[in-house]
Amino acid sequence: MPRLKFLFKPQNELEKRGRKAAPLYGEPEKTCPNCHCTLTVKALEETYGVCSCGYHFRMGARERLAFIADEGSFYELFADIRSADPLSFPGYQEKLRKAEAVSGGNESVVTGTCTIKGEKCALFIMDSLFMMGSMGAATGEKITRLFEYAAGNDLPVVGFTVSGGARMQEGMLSLMQMAATSAAVRRHSNKGLLYLTVLTDPTTGGVTASFAMEGDIIIAEPGATVGFAGARVVEQTTRQPLPKGFQTAESMLEHGFIDAIVERKDEKEMIRLILSMHRREDSERI
Amino acid sequence: MSAYDIVRIARSGSRPTGADYVRSIFSPFIELHGDRRFSDDAAIFAGIGMLGKQPVTAIAIDKGHDTAERTKRHFGAPEPEGYRKALRLMKEAEKFRRPIVTFVDTSGAYCGIDAEERGQGSAIAENLWEMMDLDTPILSILIGEGGSGGALALAAADRVWMLENSVYSVISPEGCASILWKDAGKAAEAAEGLKLTAEDAARFGIVEEIISEDGLGGKAFYNRLGERIGRELEALMEDSGLLQRRYDRFRSFGRKYTEKR
Repeated sequence: MPRLKFLFKPQNELEKRGRKAAPLYGEPEKTCPNCHCTLTVKALEETYGVCSCGYHFRMGARERLAFIADEGSFYELFADIRSADPLSFPGYQEKLRKAEAVSGGNESVVTGTCTIKGEKCALFIMDSLFMMGSMGAATGEKITRLFEYAAGNDLPVVGFTVSGGARMQEGMLSLMQMAATSAAVRRHSNKGLLYLTVLTDPTTGGVTASFAMEGDIIIAEPGATVGFAGARVVEQTTRQPLPKGFQTAESMLEHGFIDAIVERKDEKEMIRLILSMHRREDSERI
Repeated sequence: MSAYDIVRIARSGSRPTGADYVRSIFSPFIELHGDRRFSDDAAIFAGIGMLGKQPVTAIAIDKGHDTAERTKRHFGAPEPEGYRKALRLMKEAEKFRRPIVTFVDTSGAYCGIDAEERGQGSAIAENLWEMMDLDTPILSILIGEGGSGGALALAAADRVWMLENSVYSVISPEGCASILWKDAGKAAEAAEGLKLTAEDAARFGIVEEIISEDGLGGKAFYNRLGERIGRELEALMEDSGLLQRRYDRFRSFGRKYTEKR
């Protein structure tokens, strides 16, 4: 059957035919990958990077931090932990330096504490600008430490995920971070503390298969790609056309793997509300 | 021997499969089926068996020997239901404080539309989350391919051993080469760079022991391995600080292999 092109909206990375989802900042103007309208960065800043058609542009960790944490409330932790290139992997050092320059950070995650509309929490935000949020040993170490810190200080954890998965250049050491982070999440959970994850575009691979899916409450941004194996790999392996909306937040919701889809403009209030419902009287003092 | 030579040996169809190990080491053995939620994934061969006087929960990923069996077990790539079946049996083992031995041999978790829609990522995450707090000893042995999260989901253990010619990797060398260099033909180079051999894993502290393949698949081989497993389980059963040590085991890599700047 011929595809009715004018009715067809791209639903995932693969359907976009390999076009890269647009990051929010960098150039003065952006073209929306969904409706193809042109938007100025200034206009996008006012809508938190959301096009009038509803498309959510990717946000770098620093931009998201400014959007989500109350002004002046963020206290960064573990900022000095960096990858040591443990395998001496060919070309990795250069990739790291480039990622540092592009993202303005040391690693693919920013960790610390902050308040969100007055609610105190430990916060991690993964960074799509740093090697597409891939998880190396330093990424895992920072997230693990954040959960340990939060467990020690009776704090809930709010985490924004974006990741292409475990980082190839650190081989099995990046793989081990899936277990290390899971262990720290579990210990934090065993103390009766809340962990809220916000899945953003794209959350895939080893991050999906560990701490991204371990939240007590899991919410996602509209249209975010969420899955384990890459869509292209699934299509090539199965030689079947992918169903519409495959590996989107909407499909994850339908299949029962996430709690809710929340638009970016409502995110802060939703997080505040959830945190307030899990406030612990004995943690008021902190 | 190059890293890629070892990858080829690890993948070889002539090696014993997971079920061979279980049937040869534990006697008698009762196979148990199903995840009690949706289905029974034949890629996971599991049950309860005796190792001497010790009941053990044994869980293996099995690739199958002939075409019919390989199709049935979909080449040892577990579906989400396989991981949930394994987890169910691990929780059962915890209840009876029965030690767990897993035999891992997979190119990775099953890659398919249904597997994704039934929560492959979520299933692996849940296994890791539960295994890190499972109050009974877990020993994992990588007998062939240790393919990424799909392997780790059965290897978040107190002890991890590798067969001499097994590999453990975050991605297949072919996948790595095609992503990094747009050329799957550079797989041998990628295999070298990924440091995926048993020797590499031992050097990183990711595995405690490398198992010699002398007489692989023969009676003496299984007897030797069975005895070694028995001794290890006995020691682990007496360890009162098991969960803390398991936590520290996986916690240590991030500390050791990062820098502070």
